[in-house]
Amino acid sequence: MSGERVAVVGVGQTEHRAVRTDVSMVGLIREAAKRALADADMTWTDIDAVVIGKAPDMFEGVVMPELFLADALGAAGKPMLRVHTAGSVGGSTAIVAAGLVQSGVHERVLTVAFEKQSESDAMWALTVPTPFQAPLVAGAGGYFAPIIRAYMQRADAPDDIGMMVAVKDRLNAIRNPYAHLKLPDIDMKTVEESPMLWEPLRYLETCPSSDGACAMVLASERVADAAAKPPAWVQGTAWRSEPTLFARRDQVNPQAGRDCAADVYQQAGITNPRADFDCAEVYVPFSWYEPMWLENLGFAEPGDGWKLTQSGATAFDGDIPWNPSGGVLSSNPIGASGMLRFAEAANQVRGAAGEHQVEGARRALGHAYGGGSQFFAMWVVGADKP
Amino acid sequence: MADEVLVQHHTLEYPGGYTRTVGPVIGRYLTGLRDGRLVAVRLADGRVMIPPAEYDPVTGDDAGESDDDFVEVGPAGVVTSWTWISEPREKHPLDHPFAFALVRPDGADTAIVHVVDSGTEHAMHTGMRVVPRWRDERVGSTLDIEAWVPEATGGASAASPASSTEPVTTMSSPVKLEYDIGAGLAATRFLLGLAQRRILGQRTGPGGEVYVPPRGSDPKTGTPTVDEVEVGPRGVVTTFCVVNLPFSPLAPEVPYVCAQILLDGADIALFGLVADMPAADVRQGLRVEAVWADEVGPTLESIKWYRPTGEPDAAYDSYKEYL
Repeated sequence: MSGERVAVVGVGQTEHRAVRTDVSMVGLIREAAKRALADADMTWTDIDAVVIGKAPDMFEGVVMPELFLADALGAAGKPMLRVHTAGSVGGSTAIVAAGLVQSGVHERVLTVAFEKQSESDAMWALTVPTPFQAPLVAGAGGYFAPIIRAYMQRADAPDDIGMMVAVKDRLNAIRNPYAHLKLPDIDMKTVEESPMLWEPLRYLETCPSSDGACAMVLASERVADAAAKPPAWVQGTAWRSEPTLFARRDQVNPQAGRDCAADVYQQAGITNPRADFDCAEVYVPFSWYEPMWLENLGFAEPGDGWKLTQSGATAFDGDIPWNPSGGVLSSNPIGASGMLRFAEAANQVRGAAGEHQVEGARRALGHAYGGGSQFFAMWVVGADKP
Repeated sequence: MADEVLVQHHTLEYPGGYTRTVGPVIGRYLTGLRDGRLVAVRLADGRVMIPPAEYDPVTGDDAGESDDDFVEVGPAGVVTSWTWISEPREKHPLDHPFAFALVRPDGADTAIVHVVDSGTEHAMHTGMRVVPRWRDERVGSTLDIEAWVPEATGGASAASPASSTEPVTTMSSPVKLEYDIGAGLAATRFLLGLAQRRILGQRTGPGGEVYVPPRGSDPKTGTPTVDEVEVGPRGVVTTFCVVNLPFSPLAPEVPYVCAQILLDGADIALFGLVADMPAADVRQGLRVEAVWADEVGPTLESIKWYRPTGEPDAAYDSYKEYL
C-alpha cells in the first residue's frame, strides 16, 4: 500500500432498528458520529475533513444530504465530500476518507454513512418503475434469487446451506448490542418454516430494512500513535466496478469482486485468506451470499464455499468467523451497511468488539458490495502497522 | 434508423409522501407551531436560533439538550430581506402576489424563510415589522403560519386553540418530480420492433455479441452498436425464482416465475415472466417463447410473458456461460 499510514482511531454506530422514531435523520447520523468522536477522544474541532456516504436518494427523498449535513457534522469551514456507490457506499466512503490521510492532506478525517429507510419503503425505493425499463416486479430479492439458484446448481450445494447462514448470523447478533434483529430462538426449523418469498430464498434468509448510521475517525500515524485506545491499521484498500449487465458476465462470481480481493490481498500480503485473517465482516444480505463470497474472495475454491459454511468454519467458534457482529442479515441500513462491515473489522483488531470479539483477532477483512453485484469495496485492517 | 426517440412523461413520487421522524428538537418547534407559538433554541454562546436545530451550526456541538434551552420568541418580527413574487405558481403558498422574506422574530438572532402577504410590492421594505397570521387548523408545520402581515395593518392576532396536546413526532414530506424521459435511439428501435412483434437486438460488431434490449453501445468497450439483428422469440430459461408475494402492482397473481431468459441469437439474458405452466414445473434449461399481448405497441408490455415451447430442455453447457 502506498502513501502515509492511516489507522482507525474511533468507531461509532447507532442502535439499528426498523424505525428509529426517537430521532430525526440528523439526530441518527450525529448519534454515530458523536460516538466515533468519543471513542477517538476527539471533538468536532479536532476534525480536518468530513466524508459521508449513503445509498440511493430514493430512500429518504433527500437528493443532496451533504447540504444539510455539513453543519450537522461540524464541517463548517472544512472540506466535505459525499461518496455514492449504491450498497457498497459505506465501504467506498471509508476508502475515500482513508485516502485523504494516506495522501498526507489531512490527519483526522471523520467518515459517516447512513440510511433512514423507514422514511419510505425499501421495496419501493429499490425498484421504482421507470419508463422504457423492464420493471423489476419482484423486488431486490427477485433480482438476486435467480443468481443464487444458479450458484446452487453450479456448486451442487445442499439446499440447507443458506439456512445455516441465516441461523449463524442471527445468533451472532445476540452478542451485538447495536443489532436490529434479535432472534435468540432461531434454528433451522424456524428458517425453513418462514415464508418462501423468492424460491429458493426464504423470508428469514433475507436482510431486514433498518434505520441506522455508522462513523469512524481515520487518523495519521502520528495521531494514531498518540491515541489512548489501540488503533486499527489499514493494511490495504481496494475497489472495483463492472457493468451491471454484459454478455457472458459471471453474475455468481463477478470478476470485479475477484479482482478487488486480489488487489487488497496483494497490498496487505495476504496469500491464504482463510489462514491469514482471524475474521471477516462481509456484506451478506441474502444467506447464500456467504458461500458465494467465500469463493469470490478466495476463502474457498470455486464450488467449495458451501463446504466451509457447512463445516462450521465461518461460525463464531470456527477457524475463520464470518460476520461475528451478525452482519447485514441482522442489521441493514443500506448506506451504512458497508461501513459497518469496515468498522466491525476495525473493532475486532482493536480488541473493541465487546461480546462478539473474536479472541486474539489481529487481522480482519471488511467487505462491501452494491448494485447488481457491480460495485466492490474492501479493506484489510490489522493490529500491526503495515 | 429512427431519428425520433420515444418520450414518456414520468412522475417520480413516493406514494403518500416520505415519513419523517422529527426528533426532540425539531419536534418542539413543530409542536410550538401547532400550538400557535414560535419556539427557538438558545445556543451555548447565548444566540437564539429559529428554527431550532439539534446542533450549533458553527461548532457542531449539541443544542436543545435541556428544557431550559428552549425559548419562545416573537410573535412579531422584522423583515431582514425579501423578494417579490408577482406571478405565483401553482405550488406557491398564496395565489396572489406576495413576498418570500427572511423574518427575524423578536428575541431571535436568526431569521426564518417565510411568506409576507403585504398586498403590494410597494408595501414591502427591509426592516418592516410583521406579525404571523395563524391558520385555524394547525398540524405542526411551517405552513401553520399562513403568512406574515405588516404589523401596521393589524397587529398580532392570537392563534385559535390547538387541535391536540400530543407532541408532534412525525411529519409527511411529499416530494414529486416530473420528467419527460427519452428512451434513446437504441431502446426506441427495440420498442418499435415490439410494436411489430419483433425482438430486435444489436451486435457489437462483425461476429460480436448480441445485446437485447440493445443499449446502443457495447458495455465492455463503449463502442457504438449499429448492427441490428432480430432475436428470439424462442429462448431458454437460464435461471429463475418463484415469487410468492405480490411485490408490485405490476406483478401477476402469486405464485409467479421471474426468470432470466436467453433468447435464441442473443448473448445476454433478459428478465421475463414464465407462465402458462405450473410454477413448480419451471426449471433451468426450459425452452420458452414470447407470448405477445393482444394489442402490441412500442411498449415492454407487448410481451406478456414467456410460455414453454415443448421442445427438449437445453443442455446446461449450452447456457452456463450466461449465468
